Amino acid sequence: MISAAGTSSSSSPLHFIGYFMDHRHEDLGWLWSHTWLSVLPVVIGLAIALPLGWLARRHRFVYPPLISITGLLYTIPSIALFVMIPPILGLSSLDPIQVPIALTVYSVALLVRVVADGLASVPEETLQAASAIGYKDLGRFFKVELPIAVPVITAGVRVALVANVSIVAVAGTIGMSNLGQLFTTGFQLSTPTPYYPPIVLGIVLCVLLALVLDGLVLLLNRILVPWRRVAR
Amino acid sequence: MIITRVFNWLTDGDNWKDSHLNTGILTQLEAHIRFTGIALAVAILIALPLGMLIGHTGRGTWLVSAANAVRALPTVGVLVLLTVIIAPHFHGRTDTGYLIPTEIVLVLLAVPPILANTYAGIDNVSPAVRDAAAGMGMTGPQVLFQVELPCSLPLIFSGLRSATLQVIATATIASYVPLGGLGRFIYDGLAQQDYPQMIGGGVLVAALALTTDLIFATIQRYAVSRGITGRFPRGRPAVASEVQSAVLTGPEVSHA
Repeated sequence: MISAAGTSSSSSPLHFIGYFMDHRHEDLGWLWSHTWLSVLPVVIGLAIALPLGWLARRHRFVYPPLISITGLLYTIPSIALFVMIPPILGLSSLDPIQVPIALTVYSVALLVRVVADGLASVPEETLQAASAIGYKDLGRFFKVELPIAVPVITAGVRVALVANVSIVAVAGTIGMSNLGQLFTTGFQLSTPTPYYPPIVLGIVLCVLLALVLDGLVLLLNRILVPWRRVAR
Repeated sequence: MIITRVFNWLTDGDNWKDSHLNTGILTQLEAHIRFTGIALAVAILIALPLGMLIGHTGRGTWLVSAANAVRALPTVGVLVLLTVIIAPHFHGRTDTGYLIPTEIVLVLLAVPPILANTYAGIDNVSPAVRDAAAGMGMTGPQVLFQVELPCSLPLIFSGLRSATLQVIATATIASYVPLGGLGRFIYDGLAQQDYPQMIGGGVLVAALALTTDLIFATIQRYAVSRGITGRFPRGRPAVASEVQSAVLTGPEVSHA
């Protein structure tokens, strides 16, 4: 079933649909692991970035060092972060958990800044009005500041998700099981003559996944900020 | 301890020099910098004039959106695809067949951030400033080069820095197709189950990325006018301008 020639021997790039049909079970498994590897780190990252962003907004002196540290983390190339995480955390050198951890680090690094800037975009008058009608610290944060910052935060989440889909495929080159495996398979089958279907299928599925996830966040954004539609 | 073994691998002088069996760290570092430099030079030559033109004239903004859509492509996939298409046409002992697809992918990655940020930087220049320049009798090109360009330098630099980091990261993956560069140690270490070498390679790539970004930050510090950054030697603390807060990987920029 995994064998290259299998039932379909055409190497035409357009034959990727046939290739998908022949290797459906395996491909869907990779698509599924690719999906949760792209989404879960952003969810965890957001859960970590929200309190940090709130802290940076609340105490101005926290902002510059926090932004410098997260900027530094975001500077490290993904493949380098993948291989450096196990020794730092004392895991075995090729532990599958290293990929979601690395992606969570990236998501936090990106989203802390986004959350802090989003909260900073809330007008001062709005905050004063909220205080005046009786909102206290946490209530004001969850019921006033956070909802107003949602459009900025979802813009950041979209960037993080689309970036993750591409980075997860990189993890495929060091043997992690996701859509990146299609590129490895295609590359190995391409000697001596090019065999395009798995490579094209991998690109198509990655782009589709990125588009679908992006669309879902856009939809979520519309649900979370209904007042935007009314204003228009 | 794996960390001490990584440290030993990195500090072993033999690993830095070329031998008849292995290519040393210095040679691979030189190759990595060469791939990155070529790609960045080409990307700047394409994206900077184009971004300035689009920002100045306000025409052709669809090109910026089109370039941004490229970011949804999985880099590894495009790299493997182009390698499979191009490499068989080159024979012999050179690595041209692997170098050309890699450089295409690297340029493809570096153009969108530079283009989007150059465009956004010039587009963000306040109309009042532009009018003042025109009112002083400046011609179109003078406004562009003497007013709009200096004003948008912080954003252009942030685009350049994010492009550089992506190129360094992707040049590492190019070792997978297979090409030289620091990624060689990661993929060779993986294949030989020589984990100190693999992790050491990762440390080297991270160090290269951090050092390069630091160099660009230093250049930016001296190239951007103090009137824009608000960084003055003495007196009031610097005002963090709106332009500065949009710098780096600002999502509002990348979705421009």
